[in-house]
Amino acid sequence: MTALQTVNPLVQVRDVHKSFDQLEVLRGIDLDIAPGEVVVILGPSGSGKSTLLRCINHLESINKGFIAVDGEQIGYRLRKNRLEKLSANGIARQRRKIGMVFQQFNLYPHMTVLQNIIEAPVGVHGESRQEATRNALTLLERVGLSEKAGSYPRQLSGGQQQRVAIARALAIKPKLMLFDEPTSALDPELVGEVLAAMRDLAKQGLTMIVVTHEISFAREAADRVVFMDGGKVVEMGRPEDVIGNPQHPRTKSFLSRFL
Amino acid sequence: MSRIYLTSASPEGDAPFRDVATAHSPFRTGRLILWIVILIVAVDFAWIVAHNENFGWPVVAAYFFDPTVISGLYVSLGLTVVAMALGTILGLGLAIARMSKDGLANTFAALFIWFFRGTPLLVQLIFWYNLSTLFPQLSISVPFGPTLASWDTNSVITPMTAAIVGLALNEAAYMAEIIRGGLLSVDRGQTETAEAFGMTRARALWRIIIPQAMRSIVPPTGNQLISMIKATSLVSVIAMADLLYSVQSIYNRTFEIIPMLLVAVIWYLLITSILNVGQSYIEAYYGRSDRRTRAAEKPALAGAAVQEATH
Repeated sequence: MTALQTVNPLVQVRDVHKSFDQLEVLRGIDLDIAPGEVVVILGPSGSGKSTLLRCINHLESINKGFIAVDGEQIGYRLRKNRLEKLSANGIARQRRKIGMVFQQFNLYPHMTVLQNIIEAPVGVHGESRQEATRNALTLLERVGLSEKAGSYPRQLSGGQQQRVAIARALAIKPKLMLFDEPTSALDPELVGEVLAAMRDLAKQGLTMIVVTHEISFAREAADRVVFMDGGKVVEMGRPEDVIGNPQHPRTKSFLSRFL
Repeated sequence: MSRIYLTSASPEGDAPFRDVATAHSPFRTGRLILWIVILIVAVDFAWIVAHNENFGWPVVAAYFFDPTVISGLYVSLGLTVVAMALGTILGLGLAIARMSKDGLANTFAALFIWFFRGTPLLVQLIFWYNLSTLFPQLSISVPFGPTLASWDTNSVITPMTAAIVGLALNEAAYMAEIIRGGLLSVDRGQTETAEAFGMTRARALWRIIIPQAMRSIVPPTGNQLISMIKATSLVSVIAMADLLYSVQSIYNRTFEIIPMLLVAVIWYLLITSILNVGQSYIEAYYGRSDRRTRAAEKPALAGAAVQEATH
């Protein structure tokens, strides 16, 4: 714990508010994430956890507050001492160090697995095709899908697609990985293979923010568990504390449903 | 409380075991009779047409490859290709403008589409051809300022340019709506993913969205292309020597109206038939990721592709 306090946080979230029309989804979120930390966000649906994740890479803009990744404020810049919105290309540049895995996998259906993985490294990061391909095959091997490089996404099972999506996100060598309910769209028997791949990443010191309903994953792989409800962080701490011995009644009632 | 239902394993149950693999289709007499009747009527009709001297088949044959007809055919094909290409490029721009959040671009595209879809193509062509009566001089100048260059409208607007401009702008309005529909048909998550991976808007559109939109853009575009080939016959009214104008110029001389129109009809049918074949190939290309089994049955091929990519 003392080590965490001396390191500069990789992600800073300060007093973040977000509304969709009248609906207030985030109501003052504060969260700092250290490099290498694995943070799992739990909470009932509608608690704002996915929205928070999508604000971190500016897929959603925030109404109030401050978000920074790797020391750079996301979505804005200071010019002549005034804060101004970044252009679409400026935001695109900021997103290049953040990998994301979606609930619906969102693989590019018109491309093969290999093409899916090398698209951003070659097209956005300027890697050579050869190097990107070599890297992609290593990543595919890591998620156990070497033989699927030439297949199209539709020819794979959901679990395989999500593992490809993880490899695709890793291919840009991200400083931060965002997982938006990565197992929620999977058949129960396919959840395990995706969680195993994620657990593997967590062990290797990648900074991860994971929104999920998999309590067991939070317990085993998280450095810190954040419990959200009603657009606020209700409880936060080590998994053994938050899951093993929840203090807040909301956390207790939420977790009781999984026991 | 749970009950276990025992099923009879022997074929002595209510329904005896009969393997469907041994089944055959019954002979349908009514269907055969219907086939024969339709065939007889069709052959009879073909025979009547072939032996009707009013059709003038020898004349059709004589003029089918006539140099005037062939040059008219080239004009029709050339106009179709150029107008379609310009219309598609402009239509793509309009579709993107129409979908943008920018009010000015959006309104401009909407007005353009409203005007060019809302007026008859024939009238548009005549207007372009007679542009000089509205604007005798065409000039490039600073708005409300000095003129930089100027041309006589009649020297710029020939039948050729009037035809190209008229057809292309009209086509752009239709293609804009077709392309917009295609872009909208792509899952929203795809745009989001491309954005999350730091792609610029242009790159996301070009690499991710448009290839997926093509599947719903190609079939109506094939339709438009066929319409366009036939629409080029309208330019004969502004003295553009297309296929129809060429056969007209011949029958004005020889008075063999029906045979000459048949020449044009057969050429139009030939071209559209070729285009239909082309379209089905393009559709198969953009549908390639949809075939579940083909690629799965050829793991060796996929492996080869990987090797090719690595070396």
